[in-house]
Amino acid sequence: MRLRAPSRLTGTVALAAALAVALTGCVASEREQGSGEEATGKDTFVFAGSSDPATLDPAFASDGETFRVARQIFEGLVGVEPGTADPAPLLAETWDISEDGLEYTFHLKEGVTFHDDTDFDAEAVCANFERWKNFTGLAATESLSYYYNAVFGGWGEDSKYESCAASEATTAVVTLNAPVPELVAALSLPAFSMQSPTALEEFAADEVQGTEDAPQLTEYGKGHPVGTGPYTFVEWKTGESVTLEAFDGYWGEIADVKRIVFTVIPDGTARRQALEAGDIDGYDLVAPADVDALTEAGFTLHQRPAFNILYLGMNQAAPPLDNIKVRQAIAHAVDREALVQATLPEGTEVATQFVPESVSGYSEDVTTYDYDPEKAKALLAEAGVTNLEIEFNYPTDVSRPYMPDPAAYFEAISADLEEVGITVKATAAPWNPTYLDTIQGGAGHGLHLLGWTGDYNDTYNFIGTFFGAASNEWGFDNAEIFQVIDEARNAPVEEQEAAYKEANEALMDFLPGLPIASPVPSLAVAPGVEGYPISPVQDEVYSVITFTE
Amino acid sequence: MLRLVVQRLLLLIPLLLGLSVLLFAWVRALPGGPVTSMLGERYTPEAAARIEAEMGLDQPVWVQYGKYLARLIEGDLGTSLRTGRPVLEEFLTRFPATIELTLVALVLAIGIGIPLGYVAARRAGSVVDHASVVVSLIGVTVPVFFLAFILKYLFAVELDWFPSAGRQSVTMVATHPTNFYVLDGLLTAEWDAAWDAMMHLVLPGLALSSIPLAIIARMTRAAVSEVQNADYVRTARAKGIKASRLRSDHIIRNAMLPVLTTIGLQVGLLLSGAVLTETVFAFSGIGGFLAEAVFSADYPVLQGFVLLIAVVYALVNLIVDVSYGLIDPRLRRQQ
Repeated sequence: MRLRAPSRLTGTVALAAALAVALTGCVASEREQGSGEEATGKDTFVFAGSSDPATLDPAFASDGETFRVARQIFEGLVGVEPGTADPAPLLAETWDISEDGLEYTFHLKEGVTFHDDTDFDAEAVCANFERWKNFTGLAATESLSYYYNAVFGGWGEDSKYESCAASEATTAVVTLNAPVPELVAALSLPAFSMQSPTALEEFAADEVQGTEDAPQLTEYGKGHPVGTGPYTFVEWKTGESVTLEAFDGYWGEIADVKRIVFTVIPDGTARRQALEAGDIDGYDLVAPADVDALTEAGFTLHQRPAFNILYLGMNQAAPPLDNIKVRQAIAHAVDREALVQATLPEGTEVATQFVPESVSGYSEDVTTYDYDPEKAKALLAEAGVTNLEIEFNYPTDVSRPYMPDPAAYFEAISADLEEVGITVKATAAPWNPTYLDTIQGGAGHGLHLLGWTGDYNDTYNFIGTFFGAASNEWGFDNAEIFQVIDEARNAPVEEQEAAYKEANEALMDFLPGLPIASPVPSLAVAPGVEGYPISPVQDEVYSVITFTE
Repeated sequence: MLRLVVQRLLLLIPLLLGLSVLLFAWVRALPGGPVTSMLGERYTPEAAARIEAEMGLDQPVWVQYGKYLARLIEGDLGTSLRTGRPVLEEFLTRFPATIELTLVALVLAIGIGIPLGYVAARRAGSVVDHASVVVSLIGVTVPVFFLAFILKYLFAVELDWFPSAGRQSVTMVATHPTNFYVLDGLLTAEWDAAWDAMMHLVLPGLALSSIPLAIIARMTRAAVSEVQNADYVRTARAKGIKASRLRSDHIIRNAMLPVLTTIGLQVGLLLSGAVLTETVFAFSGIGGFLAEAVFSADYPVLQGFVLLIAVVYALVNLIVDVSYGLIDPRLRRQQ
């Protein structure tokens, strides 16, 4: 066999071409008639997220990318007042709470249907509450129904939720066996969205399969979410995009956005370039360094009211950080004003306590720690510590909404500490998993940077998360602190705000760490996109967006 | 030939078994673990212990490995911790994207690299020769992600000739029977979809081809330089053989052997280059997914994908070995 190379090549090409021609049209196009043309940009809003949603069933989610999609498809009993974190009526128009805080009567909006024509009524509400309570096996774990556990304290018999009665078609009565003071605020979370009982059953939403090594997505969670929201689900191409379409039977108004595409662009720079190239209409968590350049180029930058906190943690299991004078000295040594000016987005202010200003238990009367290096030195002398060397842990490879650039804060803070004679021993580690594991998994750390983005307007959601119980992160076991927080949580509604203020004041005297700031996250949209409903708790539904050309 | 193929396929078994042990040990040796990454700021020791028990991570390592191996033999690679979908399904839906991208890069690398190297060798010291050196140096030294960034800035943002990210415009309605988007467009006669997918392949394909292109060009140049001075070429020329025949049958054919080996090895390089390229271009293939799996300590995906990639790599090299025989009759007889 002696074939000449050129003829072999020619033969191959010819064969491939013949094959291509022969195969063309073999597979039927699934395009609908008339939709062959690319949809025009006018009624489609393309938003880039950093990853796929974890699932389409928000009851099994606790992350921002999932909730961003869920907010368009689903609605809860409770919503939030636009632009704030305060609870507001949504599918429930009003609600009454019994004296003892155990009975919630929700009066529902009439004439609402799910995307599959199932009526939204008290039966549907009860079906959802019963569903959450009765999660079993893998469904009843924090990796899936995290928020149900966080709010109701467990599943099944352990749950603080007792029962639900549909006394009338539009009245649902939810009974608890122990008070859940933050219930109304918590119900605004997408995890507590109202989902169609018909669809939940048809697509086996609760049958979480999988071996012990990982739960699998259910049929419902993969491709059949049915809510009452302005958009219905069309398609999820994993790793690429989720497409939604306006719901004809929606009870409210839908402005210009008839189609939403959430596209996945994991890399931050790639998101910016995609916006600049006109491939997307908007993206979230713009890097602070990109804000000015994008604004100058004509893009609209929205600053989300801060609902987060960045702090410098001090581990009391690492002496001498257990000495209050040392902690005070550190607090006075750090020039937070300069740090915020130099390294955080515009509009960010120095924090005085462990909750942002928009949270109801925020107190004006906490002890403050002004920048005063002399005082810091004096306090260290008083504490009798000399040649102090402290380990300072900070994460690399991470940008959180409350912490866009950890290395920059580390540098600013250590420079300030060196100024008052403290030697800093830097320990940098990749955020995941080493850093988190060092801080949360054991006692071997000194100072560290961490923070939190709030879920809903509730003080406990911040200080309870940090200081509700003894933890490796803080290394202290202070019964008084735990008690004052717990009492505030369980105080009657009218006394709660005052009690939380007191707790915040106690915390700032005890000074377990130094609150630094509530950085303002930015979101960028293309020119011509008007009315983006920016929200501190990311309750952003695109039905109100309009396009101008 | 058949014996060679069977032998090599059988060799895969101990290779994969050894690899599975290594991967299992490596992934377990990483600090922290999936639990920390799942809980993030919400971590508490109690919650972590509960999830670990639920996932079986609290059992002895050899028990975990035994279970893993038992499932592996049944063809079950586990479920991704991050996406909740079976690892095999994730691989199969994303692999076509990577194949498409790799093929484009390979075609560019071969299509440009071999002629460039050939001309450089035939006209040693000419402008083309010097140009080929410069191109090779740039290709090897410029990091892929930087090249990708520059290509995007020029051709997507400034000139707007090509899209900046993704495999297809998100507003494009298209049918996907095979998940090879260009092929899908051709099969279903959705020409605009095929064209759109091709446009999306240009920039990432170019970025990814840079290193193999450089290496193939250098390799071809070296091989052709050597062959063209060989005795048998001189003899052929002296016999007055036609120039085109001399080129194709005596020089190129003989020079292609080392180049072919290089191309086989480049496939592995392309797969690892795809990690960066796919991340930068949000091109949803196995590379980008693997990168995300590393960041989120997604054990099953790390283990499963590396195993599957090893199989692919071994098969590609087997094909390369077999194709030696097609080019060089001497080897065919030995086999």
